[in-house]
Amino acid sequence: MSTSAVVMMIVSIVIVWGGLVAAIVQLRRHPERPEDETPAGPGV
Amino acid sequence: MSNPSREQWGSRSGFLFAAIGSAIGLGNIWRFPAVAYENGGGAFLLPYLIALLTAGIPLLVLEYSIGHKFRKSPPAAFRGLAKPAQAIGWWQVAICFVIAAYYAVIIAWALRYIGFSLGEQWGDDADAFFFGDFLQAAEAPGTVSSYVGGVLWPLIAVWVVVLAILALGIRNGVEKANKLFIPLLVVFFVVLVGRALTLDGAWTGLDALFTPDWSVLGNGGVWVAAYGQIFFSLSIGFGIMITYASYLRQRSDLTGSALVAGFANSSFELLAGIGVFATLGFMATAQGVAVNEVTAAGIGLAFVAFPTVISEMPLGGLFGVLFFASLVVAGLTSLISIVQVVVSAVRDRTGIGRLPAVLGVGGAIALVSVLVFPTDGGVYLLDTADHFINQYGIVLAGLVVVVVVGWVLRRLPSLQRHANETSAVPLGRWWLVCLGAVTPLVLGWMMVDSLRAEFAQNYEDYPTGFLLWAGWGVAGAALLVGVLVSLVPWRGGPGPASAGSDTGAVTREEGKN
Repeated sequence: MSTSAVVMMIVSIVIVWGGLVAAIVQLRRHPERPEDETPAGPGV
Repeated sequence: MSNPSREQWGSRSGFLFAAIGSAIGLGNIWRFPAVAYENGGGAFLLPYLIALLTAGIPLLVLEYSIGHKFRKSPPAAFRGLAKPAQAIGWWQVAICFVIAAYYAVIIAWALRYIGFSLGEQWGDDADAFFFGDFLQAAEAPGTVSSYVGGVLWPLIAVWVVVLAILALGIRNGVEKANKLFIPLLVVFFVVLVGRALTLDGAWTGLDALFTPDWSVLGNGGVWVAAYGQIFFSLSIGFGIMITYASYLRQRSDLTGSALVAGFANSSFELLAGIGVFATLGFMATAQGVAVNEVTAAGIGLAFVAFPTVISEMPLGGLFGVLFFASLVVAGLTSLISIVQVVVSAVRDRTGIGRLPAVLGVGGAIALVSVLVFPTDGGVYLLDTADHFINQYGIVLAGLVVVVVVGWVLRRLPSLQRHANETSAVPLGRWWLVCLGAVTPLVLGWMMVDSLRAEFAQNYEDYPTGFLLWAGWGVAGAALLVGVLVSLVPWRGGPGPASAGSDTGAVTREEGKN
């Protein structure tokens, strides 16, 4: 493989798979609250 | 308030698995690698990522928000936005009907090819085997003179499985199936890619896929290809995500879920690209030709190029079983979501129970599928219906949705507020710009581009008369059916009468899982 191809492959993997990992971490940091504990008001 | 009697996902991960399962389909495996290769290789990553962030994920959030806000299938959800807009929802339901009918057929082919792989039964000429021995395709499109038993039986099996899963409901059927199928698919594909990377010539293939050609970034067609790939591969534009989001709990993180689903879809696509091009690199090396001479996409890649490669590699049969099993699994999870749109729409509209809806509505799609496609003319019908319903069904409906919601009804700000109420990542002004300006412009451009191509040359050089009914006719009929069904007055009673509110009444059966 040429250097530019290797670089682009690594960059693609890091951005796309890294994006997935970051999105999962972000979502897990904000677990869903049980419905019955939350008032109906927005932004709570 | 949530609607207590509507079915709900058992967990957040259940919804995510289902949404990812819907997005990951055949297009990820057989469309992305060739599109990336033909549009700049490694350089394609840039327009592709920009398309994901400026159209794919914003559209996912839009559909999640509409489904989650109204807790209804597309027709009733759009009716909640504005009464006449329900026609869009019914149009999407009709599109799903058409797509489900032929999509199941491709899964049935892949199912048969799992068996064919074991003995590499296609022999020396995979092309002749597929179109001749297996499909028994007629010489020319437009005629149907005989049934093809080899397709009929696996097709019936596919429909039995899909309808059985749907009959079990959202939580016990769709969610559990996806929680099993998606990890299975990833395992299959990781093993496949691992094997492919150890083949001679694999790195030649990856070199071809990833070598960047930066000069193409000035070419508008490459950007359209990137937006097109994102649009087609995310299962947006035909109501699936609205339907799935309608079963979410009240306090669901919509933007967070969209980011995970969007990146998961692209992650799998990238994995598929690596697997496919490593394999094509092996094939090119074995045949002593350049990679561009063996590059293929779609049906040709899966049922002609891959069987050819499988015959050339050691332990190819096992590779074939894994590859076609992956196609079956990826296809099934998408087909389930497509049929669920139709089932859910009819249930919301009529108030009938789950089982009668699945058997009646799903059965009707299955009947059309089984009657029309396992024939000697089936492959031409499938190819044509697929092309036209994609361009003048999905893309056109997607364009109409963003124009109507964004510009005619001006509901983007209220949907933005709705998403922000429960999401950790707030939607900013960028979301309004992406959906109000970027997406309509790009989808409009795609539409013009594709119309221009349509009139420059007949699709696949098929006869005009055939294209008129099997292509334009099918796409036009979906639109017509959508408009006509929306004109039928909504009677009082369960569901439809209060479809506009977040707490619309639905039948008791919906709560039973």
